[in-house]
Amino acid sequence: MSSLLVEGGRVIDPAEGVDRVTNLLIEEGRVVGLDVPANGQARIINARGKIVSPGLIDMHVHLREPGREEDETIRTGTAAALAGGFTSIACIPNTEPPIDTQAQVEFIQHQAKRADQANVFVVACVSKNREGHELAEIGQLVEAGAVGFTDDGAPIFDPELLRRAFEYCLMFDKPILNHCEVRELTKGGVMHEGSVSLQLGLTGMPAAAEDVMTGRDIILAQTTGGRLHIMHISTAGSIELVRRAKSRGVRVTTEVCPHHFTLTDECLRSFDSNFKMSPPLRTATDVEACIAGLRDGTIDCIVTDHAPHAREKKMQELDRAPFGIVGLETALGLVSTELIEPGHLDWPGAIAKMTCNPARILQLENKGTLRAGADADVTIIDPERRWTVDATKFRSKSTNSPFVGRQLKGRADTVIVGGRVKFVAD
Amino acid sequence: MSIDTLDPSTPPRTWTRRHLLSLEELSAEEITLILDTAVGFKETARHARHKSSLLAGKTVANLFFENSTRTRTSFALAARRLGADTVDFSSSGSSLSKGETFIDTAKNIEAMGVDLVVVRHRTPGTPLLLAQNLGVSVVNAGDGPHEHPTQGLLDVLTIRDHLGRIAGLTVALVGDIAHSRTARSNLWALKRLGAHVILCGPATLVSRRWEELDVEVCHNLDEILPRCDVVNLLRIQFERQSTSPFPSVREYAHLYAMNGERLCRAKDSILILAPGPINRGVEVTPDVADGPHSVILEQVTNGVAVRMAVLKLLLGGRP
Repeated sequence: MSSLLVEGGRVIDPAEGVDRVTNLLIEEGRVVGLDVPANGQARIINARGKIVSPGLIDMHVHLREPGREEDETIRTGTAAALAGGFTSIACIPNTEPPIDTQAQVEFIQHQAKRADQANVFVVACVSKNREGHELAEIGQLVEAGAVGFTDDGAPIFDPELLRRAFEYCLMFDKPILNHCEVRELTKGGVMHEGSVSLQLGLTGMPAAAEDVMTGRDIILAQTTGGRLHIMHISTAGSIELVRRAKSRGVRVTTEVCPHHFTLTDECLRSFDSNFKMSPPLRTATDVEACIAGLRDGTIDCIVTDHAPHAREKKMQELDRAPFGIVGLETALGLVSTELIEPGHLDWPGAIAKMTCNPARILQLENKGTLRAGADADVTIIDPERRWTVDATKFRSKSTNSPFVGRQLKGRADTVIVGGRVKFVAD
Repeated sequence: MSIDTLDPSTPPRTWTRRHLLSLEELSAEEITLILDTAVGFKETARHARHKSSLLAGKTVANLFFENSTRTRTSFALAARRLGADTVDFSSSGSSLSKGETFIDTAKNIEAMGVDLVVVRHRTPGTPLLLAQNLGVSVVNAGDGPHEHPTQGLLDVLTIRDHLGRIAGLTVALVGDIAHSRTARSNLWALKRLGAHVILCGPATLVSRRWEELDVEVCHNLDEILPRCDVVNLLRIQFERQSTSPFPSVREYAHLYAMNGERLCRAKDSILILAPGPINRGVEVTPDVADGPHSVILEQVTNGVAVRMAVLKLLLGGRP
């Protein structure tokens, strides 16, 4: 592999505090450094007018393989990741069977290697068979390369199991990622509980269902000293709980999905199952809280919770349709259009939440930065590019997006993984 | 019987909708148009010998994915008295149990050449989903706890028949508001036509959030009863409740059953409605259900007239 120069772009590397127009030199799959003049490199990419970012990382992706290949495969999912500007993704283990053994982790890694697109890191199950009763073989899963542990798809409902998981994971310094939802409070629910659900006669999922478990998890993280990562935070109440916990020094981090900072429960008036996800779309107040949490650093990461479902599954009655939407190919455009354009975040702030912050939480070595020696994962973003979300152009196998037809500004232009150009926008 | 007379200065009212999915989306004028059309059908509704041929050659399909006796019968009679053919489909013994999606089932029925589909389903929004996927008119005959437009219309028609107007009346909807599509359809129609609506029932079934819609919420029936012109007693939908919203049926009846003793505290002119089926002794005691203030059976008769009006408006104006 020879040298590659990315020339004249606005290089933003929040991990190193870099934000200036310069050149970036890549050799042998690694970053050599910045400020290198054009000097006979084998390949030069003109990045003038564009942003040169460390490769984006999405730490919350459902790849569906093994078991639900009709929705997505590791090949199509990683292709969608590249198209969305992500060079690395962490996949969630609620597959069939769930990823709870070393062999399962290695299968994912093997398939990802075969697909040879975006890097795939595995978040493995906290509990055996994701049943919430007995700890999975966390030590061996770590040896296989698992970067974190979750039973997502379902909450870790048993507080005793969660406490043991925190304690046990301390030995490996791995985070527990939890989907916070008290299921007794969300039974039969299809949307946020509020005035809209009341009017539509749809069963609601109250914000309290998320907040009660967020509070419990924070307390257990505090008492054990364990590392807690709250997944897809969506309520003003939970964000405030995390904010206060952080100020007390609790080891807690959190993430938010684009749909939770752009859409509200009003969308359900269409009864369209592409607005059905868990946690559900909340109120305008919660959307404001998500944005405030992103601004003040309470929310560390932006993730997609990419949850592909084949069309025939979503084309059902709202109570039968599964929860979740695809997100890999729209996230960057939504961040740019809905956070950066209105001035909620600047590019370095947004990029940090999609690069060095998830890399730090999952301890992804040499990822999420452009410092010398880092892996040459680079996302060149065209911040001015206007485009319309078109489901027929998705690389994902599924098209269950509530953003189809939406006009966005900003998208990935060129995506480099390990020094090789893997995606170039049309 | 008094009927709102048409003001000759208002422009001619026309019906432009293809579907009837909810009352929330209808204007006061559209609601009044349906009610006025229904008044014209009252005689035909009551007697088979007055059968019309307005919809001769049309076929109405009743797609009931949830149990129903009176609504399905009422729609079938309404269609037949307008000369339409009817076909009944209910989910028991159908291909739904073979894994076919309800959209496919509906498309199959449509392909047999029907002009209008009446649908009842346990899930809110299902009629809209059908309207988006079929090429024919869709009438919502109850979608879970969301709406039951023709029930709302027949309740309002019954009130208007007796009290001559809707505007300015105080109407209490009592009981299981949380799970009641009838409550929602009544609420929208009554509000649109200018009534003051009170929602009354246990706090677990009547959310305070309704106040955001400029509706009065009260958990004490005895407190509001003297002010009410109409009380509509909604059935406790035991089948839709995942957890018990009140300690016992006995306690519910103690607090909310409309009985002779409570009735003494109401206005002399009070009208008692119940959209049936009723749990006698729970929402209403027999002396009240069968007493002089009750218009429960008139509601049933008006149901046929209202459904005839809806079918006529949706099918009658098109080639």
